[in-house]
Amino acid sequence: MLEVTGIRKTFFAGTPNEVRALQGVDLKIEPGSWVNVIGTNGSGKSTLLNAVAGAFYVDEGRIRLDGTDITRWPEHRRAKLIGRVFQDPFSGTAPTMTIAENLALASRRGQVRGLTFALKGPRKNELRDRVAAMGLGLENRLDNPIGTLSGGQRQSLTLLMSALIRPSLLLLDEHTAALDPKSADQVIRLTQQFIERDQLTTLMVTHSMPQAAFLGDRVIMMDRGRVVHDISGPDKKRLRPEDLLSKFEELRRANQLDESAAEMLRAQYV
Amino acid sequence: MSLLIGSLTIGLILSLLAFGILISFRVVAFEDLTVDGSLALGGAAAASLIVADWNPIAATLLGALAGATAGAVTATLHHRFDINRLLAGILVMTALYSVNLRVMGKSNVPLLSHPTVMSYADGLASTLFGDQRLISVSVWEAPGRDIAALLLMFAVAVCAGVVLFLFFRTNLGLAMLAIGDNSRMIRALGVNVGLMTTLALFIGNGLIGLAGALLAQYQGFADVQMGIGMLVWGVASVILGESLVRSKKIGLLITGAVMGSVLFRLLVAIALRWGLNPNDLKLITAVAVFVALVLPKFLSHGSRVVRRPSRA
Ligand SMILES: Nc1ncnc2c1ncn2[C@@H]1O[C@H](COP(=O)(O)OP(=O)(O)O)[C@@H](O)[C@H]1O
Ligand SMILES: [Mg+2]
Repeated sequence: MLEVTGIRKTFFAGTPNEVRALQGVDLKIEPGSWVNVIGTNGSGKSTLLNAVAGAFYVDEGRIRLDGTDITRWPEHRRAKLIGRVFQDPFSGTAPTMTIAENLALASRRGQVRGLTFALKGPRKNELRDRVAAMGLGLENRLDNPIGTLSGGQRQSLTLLMSALIRPSLLLLDEHTAALDPKSADQVIRLTQQFIERDQLTTLMVTHSMPQAAFLGDRVIMMDRGRVVHDISGPDKKRLRPEDLLSKFEELRRANQLDESAAEMLRAQYV
Repeated sequence: MSLLIGSLTIGLILSLLAFGILISFRVVAFEDLTVDGSLALGGAAAASLIVADWNPIAATLLGALAGATAGAVTATLHHRFDINRLLAGILVMTALYSVNLRVMGKSNVPLLSHPTVMSYADGLASTLFGDQRLISVSVWEAPGRDIAALLLMFAVAVCAGVVLFLFFRTNLGLAMLAIGDNSRMIRALGVNVGLMTTLALFIGNGLIGLAGALLAQYQGFADVQMGIGMLVWGVASVILGESLVRSKKIGLLITGAVMGSVLFRLLVAIALRWGLNPNDLKLITAVAVFVALVLPKFLSHGSRVVRRPSRA
């Protein structure tokens, strides 16, 4: 269970480049729940995920995971609880290391790494089984450098790695956005398979309205560093991609209105 | 023949230096400039202890430990105090010059009248060759002591290489390898990158300190200047090794580092033999490294030792 209360983050505070990326976000995710995050570019979706993962410390607010306050934990410590997949397929794997080595690294996420051999016989067979279960035929290429694989294959493996030991929270940040449609489909199918099999608590940022509408059991929409819509339960079940598009349109109009109002005020008073 | 054997021996000793550079520059992608200082520190510490009648093996290991500590200080300056990597290395290297003078109490400590690890070579020579002073190797003759020293250093280099290779197959070693490859990923997998880099520089400079300690005992003295140019020397060896093995696999890179170090030393010996002015040696080494770094960019493949594309 993830509980985020009142988190704020401002980049370059006090400079002309100041960005208020998160302006008071509250979010509670029940165990086993799958929440999709949508929103325009720059609305703070990645910043929210990065704040939870610990890429930086928030300026205000608290983050609790499984009942533990992790607000001041460094990123590598939170990794014990959190599995991540990034947008860039190159971010999630070490290219010159083999598939087996990458998986071995992931199989000790957040654990002490000692002087035992990483790929002893039985260990490697276990990993081979996990790869084979994905059905991509990669189990025969365990000793190839991961850099020789396609983006889709690498992203599938990154997904497997993030869930190799069950995370308390899975963070997916537009993890299919950089892939061709066929690979994106495949990765989404795997995502669904892993999340459903292990009942993973998931926060998934997506740019795809069909993904947001048809997958998971809740959608939140962000705008300018805030959560502006939160759809769950029966509403989520009925949700269609068009509904989400019209919410975007609404938001665009409201923002335009804000801007023209500001323009008007400026014209009058400045 | 003596010249050849001497070059091979020094090449093997300096392959430990190349291992150290491989670990910092390649494995964790940290441009560590401590090298010149930590090599001299290893030599200075070992020599001072030997002169104080310590057991030569203990003195050598403590020399390595001293070098290792210097590396850990550089990494800590970077990670704890946010000092730029190059500057952190330069600070430590500069400070070490004074430290080394303090350790030795003077700028040069001769070892010829003390038992050193090379005395074991004498022992080895008398076991292997009995009373024969000159041993014929095919058509040449060489002093048995030199051959024994060569064998001893070969054993040291091979042992160090094998231990490193095995280390990089453990969970800990694998995590270290991943830092240079994709530090963002390994952080997301729960590794404290700052701490792991510190460990890498500790091990790397430990090997470099070991090279310094052995070099001092082989040449019969430690000198405060003995580290100058060693960084570039090591980088040259690693690049040469990489181009020989043409692989990014750690086992081959380790093998390449030994081959590169020995080959480079031989090339230098030959050049000196042909009348190269020793004063020009460092200039030529630097130019050779420059060419090795720039050439692949023109050929658009090959060595990536010093700059690795970062995917932060
Ligand atoms: N590490 C950072 N440093 C500075 N600015 C950042 C950083 N991360 C995000 N931002 C800024 O915060 C805002 C929100 O970004 P982000 O969360 O990436 O948006 P998105 O919803 O598209 O994922 C953007 O204006 C972005 O430029
Ligand atoms: Mg984003």
